[in-house]
Amino acid sequence: MESSPTATATSRSAQPVEIFRYDDQIVRMFVVATALWAAVGMLVGVIIALQMPFWQANLGPYLSFGRLRPLHTNAVIFAFAGNAIFAAIYYSTQRLTKARMFSDLMSRIHFWGWQAIIVSAALTLPAGITTGKEYAELEWPIDIAIALVWIVFAVNFFGTLRMRREKHMYVALWFYIATIVTVAMLHVGNSLAIPVSFLKSYPIYAGVQDALVQWWYGHNAVAFFLTTPFLGLMYYFLPKAAERPVFSYRLSIVHFWSLVFIYIWAGPHHLNYTAIPEWAASLGMVFSVMLWMPSWGGMINGLFTLRGAWHKLRDSVVLKMFVIGITFYGMSTFEGPMLSVKTVNALSHYTDWTIGHVHAGALGWNGFMSFGLIYWLLPRLWRTKIWSDRLATTHFWIGTIGMLLYVMAMYTAGVTQGLMWRAFDETGRLAYPDFMETVIQIVPMYWVRLVGGTLYLVGVLLMIYNMIMTIRSAPKDLPDPAVAVPAA
Amino acid sequence: MKKIIQTDGRHRKLEGWPLVFTLITTASILVGGLVEFIPLVLVKSNVPVISTVTPFSPLELTGRDIYIREGCNNCHSQMVRPFRDEIERYGEYSKPGETIYERPFLWGSKRTGPDLARVGGKYPDLWHVRHMQDPRSTSPNSLMPPYAWLLEHELDLSKVSTKLARLQLLGTPYSDADVTAAEQSARAQAAAIAERVAADGGPQGIENKEIVALVAYLQRLGRDLKAASAP
Repeated sequence: MESSPTATATSRSAQPVEIFRYDDQIVRMFVVATALWAAVGMLVGVIIALQMPFWQANLGPYLSFGRLRPLHTNAVIFAFAGNAIFAAIYYSTQRLTKARMFSDLMSRIHFWGWQAIIVSAALTLPAGITTGKEYAELEWPIDIAIALVWIVFAVNFFGTLRMRREKHMYVALWFYIATIVTVAMLHVGNSLAIPVSFLKSYPIYAGVQDALVQWWYGHNAVAFFLTTPFLGLMYYFLPKAAERPVFSYRLSIVHFWSLVFIYIWAGPHHLNYTAIPEWAASLGMVFSVMLWMPSWGGMINGLFTLRGAWHKLRDSVVLKMFVIGITFYGMSTFEGPMLSVKTVNALSHYTDWTIGHVHAGALGWNGFMSFGLIYWLLPRLWRTKIWSDRLATTHFWIGTIGMLLYVMAMYTAGVTQGLMWRAFDETGRLAYPDFMETVIQIVPMYWVRLVGGTLYLVGVLLMIYNMIMTIRSAPKDLPDPAVAVPAA
Repeated sequence: MKKIIQTDGRHRKLEGWPLVFTLITTASILVGGLVEFIPLVLVKSNVPVISTVTPFSPLELTGRDIYIREGCNNCHSQMVRPFRDEIERYGEYSKPGETIYERPFLWGSKRTGPDLARVGGKYPDLWHVRHMQDPRSTSPNSLMPPYAWLLEHELDLSKVSTKLARLQLLGTPYSDADVTAAEQSARAQAAAIAERVAADGGPQGIENKEIVALVAYLQRLGRDLKAASAP
């Protein structure tokens, strides 16, 4: 393997060469973990989707909706999307810096530490051990573990940047930097608590303060865990898959800096019309609307990268996945600012519209970008062909249909219930004074959502099957790829 | 601007300095959070004090932790917005000063079931016991899961004193006597509720079951503000 690049390098110049190897084993580990947790997280999602219209599916304390819902959100965000971004970061950072990861040991501590955290979440949340803060439900010992593993990841990443052989950092790396720094800040800032016992704590913030800190965290978890790393991923893997350079370098500078600066301010839009000071809510709303532009900067830079390459979509399931992903990114980053406008929020807040919005982002953007990533990495990491392109295309269609059903059902349910809550009759009394009337009305939509979610899960299971068959056809020996560069 | 973003501009230089790049990024993400949070802590008028708002009793606090454990906040908000329909449906809209002792805040983000900010006193204790046992018995067509185990699980008060002590440390105005007598106070309140439930024809002997704490908590919700508006 390594003799041929060495030979070409030496024949081109008399300069001595240096040979190093990328660590692809760690990427394979993260890819497998991504697929595994996708199935688990989405299966829990389907279960709780069933529990909503069919209460009999709540089986005892450990498997009741209130305890499983945080398990679903944690599993899909931190386990599925988390492992996907780590796979993308470990693969692309090594290639963009022309360097092996700084420390193999740290890479392994990161991988196994993260999986252990996920397992501990899967054990504690059904047991009712929770802080009760959305997307930050894990109790303090696990929070400390998360912080430590994240520090290992950060040292490993910045260590790699230090050892880089490429002078300039490509735009994907900017987004990774923003991700690592901000997630650390958000996690520590929001999790500060005083323990009562090993598995129970009270946050140091109370009431209004806790609400604002929580949604500063909650909103920016969406921003810096589900957006910036996926944009980084897009900037590396989309041009690779399309074999086209990124549309605009200038646009990437402008939209990167405006995105990281503005996103942080938008948190209070989750608290419109609640008991927070008016100025904070308005500030959140204004910045949320401003956020539309840098978000679309990313979408435009992605979609326009495909200029002159759109015909490639016909044959490439990877590009199909990426295009749906980026399109849904564009749609949910338009919808987000719209929902943050107070008059719209007055209708949408507390309803299933929010759930629809979140899933347009999670299923559409995060899901499809991760699937595209996996289908692109599989043949390269395992040095073989995808077992079945047709099956992958089937995954694409089933996933797309499932997602559309899901989102449409939730929009319908949300708008319907929102309008019913606020309806008055001609005598000035509530048209639906009994809350139950507004629930019965939307139960059919809960069933449609269940169908949509199940289809999406079936798509993921097809991907896993395809992945297993692909890996089985891989050569036994998978040495790390060697790269030769002129010795410094 | 052009000097910065052109192909060989200043930004290009910055891309060669990871440390500086990281520092500028860090500064950019700090600004928004600080601007929104610091005034909230420093300017007292942002959260006007309501004199009738007092800390939870030890039993209510225990019930609140059960509410958190079961994830009730995933489906029930505790935040009435200042809209005519919400005030009509639930009661007076929620004020910032009402939740100053709430760690964590439980305003919620979804109303699969109705808002609970004003539920205290709306129904008798027995209604809540029956509702947890079998939600359909009090609310036909309800989608809520049953929580029958709350009537079976023993009420654990072994940590309630520590809980009060920790909250006292964080600034909740519990006296040292409150902390010492926490378990005793909880038992007394539990006995009173159990007696009421039994007298109304409900199950006997629930004073040492978890349900009694949850009922105490639910019956407390919104009460402080009502006390404020009373003459």
